[in-house]
Parts: sequence; C-alpha cells; structure tokens
Amino acid sequence: MKEENINSGRVQKAPENFLDKAGIKKVFAEGKEGRRDFIRSAFAAAAAGAAAPVALAQGNPVPTEGGDPNILNLPEHATNLGQGVATEGYGKPSKYEANLQRRQSPGLTQTTQASVSFAPLQSLFGIVTPSGLHFERHHQGWWDIDPSKHRFMINGMVKTPKVFTMDEIMRLPSVSRFHFIECGANTAVDWGNVAVPTVQYTHGMVSCSEFTGVPLITLLELAGADLKNGKFVLAEGGDGSSMTRTIPMSLITSGEVLVAYGQNGEMLRPENGYPLRLVVPGVQGVSWVKYLRRVEVGDMPYAAKDEAVHYIDLQPSGQHRQYTSIQECKSVVTTPSGGQVLLDKGFYNITGLAWSGKGKIKKVDVSVDGGRNWRQARLETPVLSKALTRFNIDWVWDGKPAIIQSRATDETGFVQPTYKQLRGVRGTRSIYHNNAIQSWLVQENGEVKNVQVS
Amino acid sequence: MSKFRKVLFVATLLAAGLANAQSTKYVNVGRDATPREVAAWDIDVRPDFKGLPKGSGTVAKGQDIWEAKCAQCHGVFGEATEVFSPLIGGTSADDIKTGHVANLNRKDYPGRTTIMKVATVSTLWDYINRAMPWTAPKSLKPDEVYSVVAYLLSLANVVPEDFTLSDKNISEVQNRMPNRNGMTHEHAMWPGHEFGSKAKPDTANVACMSNCAPEAKVASFLPDFARNAHGNLAEQNRMVGAQHGANTVVPESKAGAPVVAPVAPATPKADNGNKAVIALLGKNGCTACHGVDKKVVGPGFNEVAKKHAGKADYLVGKIKAGGVGVWGQIPMPVQTLNDADAKVIATWIAQGAAK
Repeated sequence: MKEENINSGRVQKAPENFLDKAGIKKVFAEGKEGRRDFIRSAFAAAAAGAAAPVALAQGNPVPTEGGDPNILNLPEHATNLGQGVATEGYGKPSKYEANLQRRQSPGLTQTTQASVSFAPLQSLFGIVTPSGLHFERHHQGWWDIDPSKHRFMINGMVKTPKVFTMDEIMRLPSVSRFHFIECGANTAVDWGNVAVPTVQYTHGMVSCSEFTGVPLITLLELAGADLKNGKFVLAEGGDGSSMTRTIPMSLITSGEVLVAYGQNGEMLRPENGYPLRLVVPGVQGVSWVKYLRRVEVGDMPYAAKDEAVHYIDLQPSGQHRQYTSIQECKSVVTTPSGGQVLLDKGFYNITGLAWSGKGKIKKVDVSVDGGRNWRQARLETPVLSKALTRFNIDWVWDGKPAIIQSRATDETGFVQPTYKQLRGVRGTRSIYHNNAIQSWLVQENGEVKNVQVS
Repeated sequence: MSKFRKVLFVATLLAAGLANAQSTKYVNVGRDATPREVAAWDIDVRPDFKGLPKGSGTVAKGQDIWEAKCAQCHGVFGEATEVFSPLIGGTSADDIKTGHVANLNRKDYPGRTTIMKVATVSTLWDYINRAMPWTAPKSLKPDEVYSVVAYLLSLANVVPEDFTLSDKNISEVQNRMPNRNGMTHEHAMWPGHEFGSKAKPDTANVACMSNCAPEAKVASFLPDFARNAHGNLAEQNRMVGAQHGANTVVPESKAGAPVVAPVAPATPKADNGNKAVIALLGKNGCTACHGVDKKVVGPGFNEVAKKHAGKADYLVGKIKAGGVGVWGQIPMPVQTLNDADAKVIATWIAQGAAK
C-alpha cells in the first residue's frame, strides 16, 4: 500500500446501502411502475434521516457544487431563536445520542428482574460512566426507595447494635473517590470461545463513578465493633433479594470500603442502589450490596447464596473456588472494537480502558498484529487506584487485516494474561473473573470482529 | 494521590488505635437498635447454623408448599421449567459419601445444578428464607422453610422421603451434602489474609514488546449467523465518530472490497409533519416571542392552543392583525406573513401545537 493511498480524506463513492434492503426493493418496484414522486420522497426521507452520517461517511469531500450545503445553507439553529433556560429541569442527552443505551444480551437471562444490562463502552469517553448508562445487575428487580424511610443497622460482634437514618449518615464526614465496579461475570460468555459481537456485550459489565459516602469503619467504630475477632462482615440489602456477601474486615479497616449515597455528584441512581450502597473497591460488583440495610460483624464467613451457589469459580480439579473477590488487572480496546466499521484507511486513535482491583494501572501496551509486537500507549489522567484508566495510542490503518489487542500492567507488576495462560490454570468452565487479553480483528472491509487468537 | 494515601494511612491508624473501643467523636449520630429491630432484620443463617430459628418441617409438607409456590419456576422435581436453572440433579449416593460431586469433573456434563454446587445446607435455608418465593420474598414461616429445604434434599436423596428436618438434626444433614468438600479457598482472589490464602496470582504474563509470539492465528470467530443476533449494531453506536456501527441487517461486503460506508444509525423519531410548521414559525419570526411549549414574551403556542382549540379561522385573523389584552398588556404587532403560512400555523395551533 503506497503512502498516497493512505488518505483519510479521499473521496468515496456515495454509499449504495443507505436505504435498507427492503427499502431498495420497494424503490425499484415502485420505480418500474413510474411512480417517481414516491421514489423521490423515499430517498428524501432516507437522506433526511441520515443526512449527517452519510456526509461523514463520504470522508468529507468537497462537493461538486463547490461547497458543503451544511456550510452554504445556514441551518435553522443559526437563524432562529433557541430554547430558554430550564426548559429541562433535569437535562437529558441530545436526542442524537439515542443509540447509546444500556442493553441486555439476548438469551443470556430469562427474566428482566434477575438480569444484567451492559454499558455501551464503545461510545464512552474518559473514565466516568454516565450514571444513566451504568451497567445494571439486579437479583430481584430494582426499587426507588424513599430515603426518609431507609435505615442502616449494624449488629453482631459490636458493643451496641446501632441504627442510622440517611440524615445521620449524611451528617458524618464524607469522602469522594473514583472507583470501577465490575461484575465478576464480566466477559464470562467468552471463556470458552467467542460468543458476542461487541465490547458492550463482552466487557460492558464494568463502570466507573465518583462515589461519595462514609467509610464503613467510621460507622463500625460508632457501634464499638470488635475489630480484632470480628474478621468478617456480612453486608445485606434491603430489597426483595436481600443480597448478602462477606467482606473481609482487613479491607474495611484500611478505610477503603464506603457506605455510599453519592454517585457522580448526585445521589445514587435507583438502579444502582438508591439511597445507600456498599462500595468495595477492587472487588467484584456483587459485593457492592445495593439498598444496603445492615452489616453484621462476625468471626466466620457466611456462605451466602452468592458465595456458595453463584460467584464460585469451577476449576479443572472439580473444586469450586469460594470467596473469589478481587477483579485482577484487565484492559480492553473500546474503539475500534467489535461491530464497528472503520470508514476509511488512514489515521485512527486506538482508545480503551484499563483497571486493576489491586491498585493503579502502571502501563498499557497495544498490539495491532495479534500480540507479536507491542507499543506503549499513553495513559490519560487521572490514573487512580482501583478506577478505570483511559489509554490512547496513534495508529495508521493501511487497509490490511489487523488484530488489535491491549495488555495492562498494574502497580503490583502483574501483567494481564492471555487466554492461553488463563485457561492453562482455570480451564474454561469457571465463568467468573475472565481478565484475558481481548482481540479485535479489523477486516479488509473495515468491519471489526470479536476473535480469539491461538 | 498523596492526599488519598494520607487519608488511608490515618484511617488505618484510627482503626488500630480504636480496636474494640467505641468511638465517641460523632456525638448524637445514630442510636442504639432495639432488640425487636435487630430481630426483625437479623435473619442470616451461617454455616455453623448461628441465626437458625428453632423449628421443623417434613418432606410431605414441603412438597405441598413446593407445588403451590415454587414449582411454576423450578419444576415439580426441582428440574426447572424453561425459566430457571435446575436445582436438583447430577448427584449420586457416592457423592453423599465422599462430599465431592463427581460430575463436576466431567467436561461433557451439560449443566451444574444448585445441589451439585452448594456445600452448605445453611445456604439453602438462608436464601429460601430471605429471597423466596420470587414474587413474595420473606413470606414463608420458619417451619415452611424447613419443609421446603427437606423436600429439596429428599429429591436429591440426601434425606429419605419420610424425613423431618429441624434445627436439631440439620448439622447431621450437613454431613450428607453431596458437594460439602467441594469448595476451596486456595486462591489469590480474596482481598484479605483471613483464609491464609496463597498470595501469588494464577498467571505471570510478561510485558514482552517485540517478536513476542508466533504470528497470530484466529482460533475463535463469531459465526456469521450471530453477527446480527444482538440487533443492528449500526443502531448501537453514536451516529458520528471515528468508527460507526456495522449495519448487520445487510450482509457485510466481501473481504478485499473497498471500504463501504456504513448505513446511518437509527435517527431520532420520525418527523410527524410538525417540524415543517415549526420551521415556518422560525422563518416568520414567531419564535422570537412565542415558545412552542412555553411563554416567552407572548404566550407559548401550547397555551394558545389550549385557549383557542379548534378555532383556526380566529387564529388566522389574530396572527394577521395582531392584538393586545387577551394575554396581557404587551401588544402583538401586525404580522406580514403570507396567507398560506398563516393558515398552516393557525391550523397547527388549533390542533394542539404539538412538537
């Protein structure tokens, strides 16, 4: 491929498929009957619906008329009065962003109340997940709970069992910290082989927010918890499932575990546990108990349903690993990624996310040849402990097939494993904690596919 | 970040210093829980049966409850319906002896039932008590929970059909759980030292930078039929950006063919004709004073629509002639728009002034 051919600005033929299949068929059928008006209106409708993308898809050429109509003809918004303040008391995203939705993976779960929806990582920037696009995992449906009636209780190995209102919890000194939350089953469907088309479905059960709340240790101290013998803490939700998980006291005494009410400057969203949830940095999402109503201090782990039937990792030995909690170092390229199409040859910014349940990301390397050669990516600030970290790297696509991968290293020196390494220890049936290097195949036709390499 | 570390450091010091000591710093925050309150919420049952209420239940009673409240989701024999995963099946008399479920070693075994996995009978009691039935959690009385657990265990031949499960004999039942020895804490994924678990992660990849692996071969590829299984991916990406979503409703172009521009993603809701009217409002300067759905200087078109619903002719007149007094003392001047536009606008207002 000669250099002059690698030109992202080259003129492309008008796309042939901006009407869908049925539309084309109809247009031709009607055209034979001579109904020109219909054809014109059909194309006009398609063009109106698709004006911006079709223009972009052509690589922004100079039109034959000598100028872009989007420049030459001043649009309505440049020649009229716009809308006033507080038109939307709580603003919403542009209507043109409607494609960004958290979505279910068809066939993955049987009900919507015990299910997951995946965050659209392919279209997000930076490290913060918009609260309305945060991935969801519910065990028995979600609720919007009246915060004035929500209570938080501490009991078990404490001097005095205590209850707190939201008012009281919010009176205490608060901290605000960015952390990722990842479902232990994120990327589970790809343990054995490729199963889903896009990064939304492979990796979309990770999100990152700024959480505001009170360190759990503060509340445990108020109750006079036995921090020496009470090595385990049970966290319990107040919803129908009353989710329970065991948290190690050592993590709580470090001050990291929060009883949180704030998320990205506002209160938690109902789907994320409003008005109170546990934040357990670095640990899988199931331990971040939503609608948190109680913690109990105890001297042994609790073998709750989600640590004795689910969220246990089957090993090749036939034994299940229990209380697996840490989300180990992981990364993924979010664009270009599966299900996307590169519009043309030429320059691209490969971007993605890296995270580790054990601390900060130290570096991320990117390969475009399936793991043979690697280049170090730029880490964007902030680089925070147990938070998503954004990475970027320049790339010029020459139009040939390419396999894009990213490989993160965390501050402990741990390097994200390959599928081969991971399966070598854990086999293919452990469901949870798949942090293997992801591969995206860029085909010659520009379409990107989810693949695994040998 | 140094600030963050400092906070952690201080918190750790506090924790160490205050072990066993009740903090008195935050005066008047929180109150003592009453015994009734604790009893109402402290429902968890541990593997050592701490928290298990006294009581008992028979397999027969459990079957009645099961068929009434559980079988619609889980199947009469715990084999599940199409909705939920099976609870019972896959265990043997030998497993009850060894405490290891042999089928977990078989890679060809189709699924893993709850009874194949669960090591602790307390887990069954605790979970059914707190979260079942699905649509009415916490509605079963303790004796009913004992009965349901007894019925499930009888289906797996852990207890006989004439068994009565109680707080007195549940620890003996624990010793017959088919996978009671099937759990291990030997891993580096618990964020503490409480289990004395191993510290080394499973893998030790190296960040090699060049000529690392032989040329990559694609070993697993999404089959073609699955390309559109999640819906049209063009509609799941932003409509602008370095990459667009692939239009998976149509077959992809052949490899080697020139890059084909993707189809436009789904656009916001189709124009219902009102867009043209709203454009007219802009063109004729109406929106300088009237919002479509709010008051600006003059009333919002929505307000006018409410007051003068169905009166298109009246509105044509008012638009053309202007007026004062109907909506306040700020006059609306005579408008010079053409008759056709005035009629379209007036009709639109009279019909409700929808966006």
